[in-house]
Amino acid sequence: MSVGRVVSYGVPAVIGLALLIGLPQLLDLFVLLQVTLYVVMAILALSLAFVWGYGGILCLGQSAFFGLGAYAYAITAFNIGESSLPVVIAILLPTLFAAALGYLMFYGRISEVYVGVITLTVTLILFNAVNSTASPEYRIGSALIGGYNGLPNVPSLNFPFDPDNTLQPDDVYMVAMATLLIVYFGIRWILRTRFGRVLVAIRENERRVEFIGFDARLHKLAAFALGAGIAGAAGCLFVNWGSYVSPTIFSMIQSAQIIIWVMVGGVGTLIGPILGAVALSWLTAEVGTQHVINADILFGGILIVFVLLVPRGLVPMLTEHVWSRVMQPRRKVAVAAKLAAPGGRA
Amino acid sequence: MAFASIVGLEVVYAVAMLILVSLGLAIVFGMMRVINLAHGEFMVMGGYAATLAVHHGINFWLAIIVVPPIIVGAIGVVIERTIIRFLYGRMFETMLATWGLSLFLVGLMTVIFGDDTEGVPMSLPGLHIGLYQESGYNLFVIGFSVFLVGAVYAFLRYTRLGLLARATMQNAPMAGALGTNTSGVYAATFALGAALAGLAGGIIAPIAGVVPTTGGSYIGQAFITVLGGGASALAGVVSAAILFGVVDQAATFATNAVFGEVALLLAAIVLIRLLPNGITGRFFRRSL
Amino acid sequence: MTTVPLIETRQLTMNFGGVQAVQNVDFSVAEGELRCLIGPNGAGKSTFFKMLTGQLVPTAGEVRFRGRPISGRQPHEIARLGIGIKTQVPSVFDGLTAHENLWLAASRGKRGRAIDRAVDEAIERLMLRPIADRLVGQLAHGQRQWVELGLVLLTEPVVILLDEPAAGMTDDETTRTAELIHDINRTHALIVVEHDMAFIRKIARAITVFDRGKILVEGPAHRVLSDRRVRDVYLGKRAA
Repeated sequence: MSVGRVVSYGVPAVIGLALLIGLPQLLDLFVLLQVTLYVVMAILALSLAFVWGYGGILCLGQSAFFGLGAYAYAITAFNIGESSLPVVIAILLPTLFAAALGYLMFYGRISEVYVGVITLTVTLILFNAVNSTASPEYRIGSALIGGYNGLPNVPSLNFPFDPDNTLQPDDVYMVAMATLLIVYFGIRWILRTRFGRVLVAIRENERRVEFIGFDARLHKLAAFALGAGIAGAAGCLFVNWGSYVSPTIFSMIQSAQIIIWVMVGGVGTLIGPILGAVALSWLTAEVGTQHVINADILFGGILIVFVLLVPRGLVPMLTEHVWSRVMQPRRKVAVAAKLAAPGGRA
Repeated sequence: MAFASIVGLEVVYAVAMLILVSLGLAIVFGMMRVINLAHGEFMVMGGYAATLAVHHGINFWLAIIVVPPIIVGAIGVVIERTIIRFLYGRMFETMLATWGLSLFLVGLMTVIFGDDTEGVPMSLPGLHIGLYQESGYNLFVIGFSVFLVGAVYAFLRYTRLGLLARATMQNAPMAGALGTNTSGVYAATFALGAALAGLAGGIIAPIAGVVPTTGGSYIGQAFITVLGGGASALAGVVSAAILFGVVDQAATFATNAVFGEVALLLAAIVLIRLLPNGITGRFFRRSL
Repeated sequence: MTTVPLIETRQLTMNFGGVQAVQNVDFSVAEGELRCLIGPNGAGKSTFFKMLTGQLVPTAGEVRFRGRPISGRQPHEIARLGIGIKTQVPSVFDGLTAHENLWLAASRGKRGRAIDRAVDEAIERLMLRPIADRLVGQLAHGQRQWVELGLVLLTEPVVILLDEPAAGMTDDETTRTAELIHDINRTHALIVVEHDMAFIRKIARAITVFDRGKILVEGPAHRVLSDRRVRDVYLGKRAA
């Protein structure tokens, strides 16, 4: 292994493990709960960072899978009273849903922009549909869906097959953080496999990938479904964080937030969206408590400004700046075009 | 018989609503290839314009038909000049920017108007068919949609600006070479789309009331109708609205309104799987 | 004994709206052949080419590859049968290095060390060593063409379809490309769509001339190029 490789895997691994083990010792419970939420959002951001930044799939409705995961967990947990199977279902249901949706979109060869509109519309309609299931006739097994009231008191995670032994808040933090690390390194591993390379190649030039003999539709479908599974896992953790889920999980603002995290952090990177999710979730919480400025105005404004002025996001901009200043003063770095590609090609 | 007429009217009303909600979006998408995610908020602004006008004692019909398109059209021009024009030809970035705009407008309206539902009082006599009663306002909505489709058709087909708009949208460099002020035409077209959204918002306000976050409940249907319709703005919207209106109502009668919308989505996804370029990508290709 | 042609079209037709771009074309290429398709602009050769590669589905008629109908198949399936395509504007992965580009193509049919060996060979053959680690998007037009050729060769096709390979090349590059084409033809059948008559003269063995959606003449290069009708429709129109 080259030195560069050791550093590029080792540094995040050491930092990640330090946060995993260290934070529960250092932070009081209230702060740790907040941090858990940021970690969950970081996982959600990674799901879109993969689908959009590397798969080039313009998914505007990632919150659909997040919400499906959350509701799938909540409803099955109410019915089963044990969390092992619900966790599996929370990941599997969004994956299968995305596979079906992806089949219709990618095998129909609809254009990239239509993919964006359809995924967004799916989210909108899920929101409207779940929102209007408040009356008691809407139930799945023993669980009321609850409509706009949401589902309170969702049973929390327990140690596998041991329903009486539920996880404490610092356990939930560790599970979330461990999931984040697994997802982060998992995606990095995938990007090194042939599947991952073909995926990036599809983002670059779908037609040439097919001329070479790879089925672009299948690769996109797999990436889309995988991203949905990750979002579903994040949804499952989200329910456990607050033991509550409501239809706002499908809302436009939630969908937009995910896009904004990835956009602000940098499309085509993984660390950018993680940082974006953490920073902006923190900002959301601050805005929520301080009431100085309306959150919609703030995030709408951020999105407009980034699209117009910083379309590549902060991490690519900063790393390139540092790279060109410090490492190779005279070389013009054209990685720019590569990183900006998914949006630029639309 | 009376029941059948009422059911028939309900279907026609659903189609008319889809046309009303989608037309502005379709014009902007069909002619400029811009997908305006703030379309719903344009409608809400139209709703507030109508509400304020009524509260200031302006005649009800003027308040819902004349005031909203003027005000929202003007806002549309401002938005086109400050945001949209920098993003022409980049569909995805335009979507993101208009999405930001959508959030921004929701926030702004919440700050200005609060998040209580504003109503517009109206009184129109109902129409009795046998034992059933059809709201008079629903009949107005149906009639007005028909009128609107005719008016937009005539505008694009017979006016000089309409011709310029069509030419610019089909081939901007060529239209530019002929001396058309293409940037002006884009701005005017975007304003037209905004005005139509405002008008839809004004007309819907007395039925649904106005609240800043309500835009999201319309745009889902509007997107489906426009994508299902395909590139020809007018023919696409009308044909897709008829198809989806029928599907929506059939599913609503069979189950309830929640599943009506879900059925709408399923129908749209299947349609787009079969006809990736929408209905007018395959049929009525030469229409407007 | 009759041999099955490598590629064969029967009554191949393509309509765009009311325009017949290609009309009832019967065409065949044998294993190992080098065939040039020429014709004036709008003669239908590009449309014909796109139907061979599966980018367009014909209105009527069919394309056969070694006797199997392939029209209407997915592009990646056609590629896997052994049809390689080099497009007119180089279709490469601009955001990846030349080496990564070639790696992708080689990885489709190979595993492990075999991929690296094949990529190394291609880099030598196409003389891409000095630029192997540069982003393809930064390369000159001619170099991009060769990277694309490398991509195509690494999928180990039976036949390669080249759309205007010399377009936009300098004289030196054109000469090298002509040499490459002869070199490749030792192991692969080739169908070349070309516009540039000087280039055609360098490479051509058999030529098919398209005019107004139909085959006008077909035969050995020397005979076709001296045919009066060909001069009339092709050279005549070009001069006009």
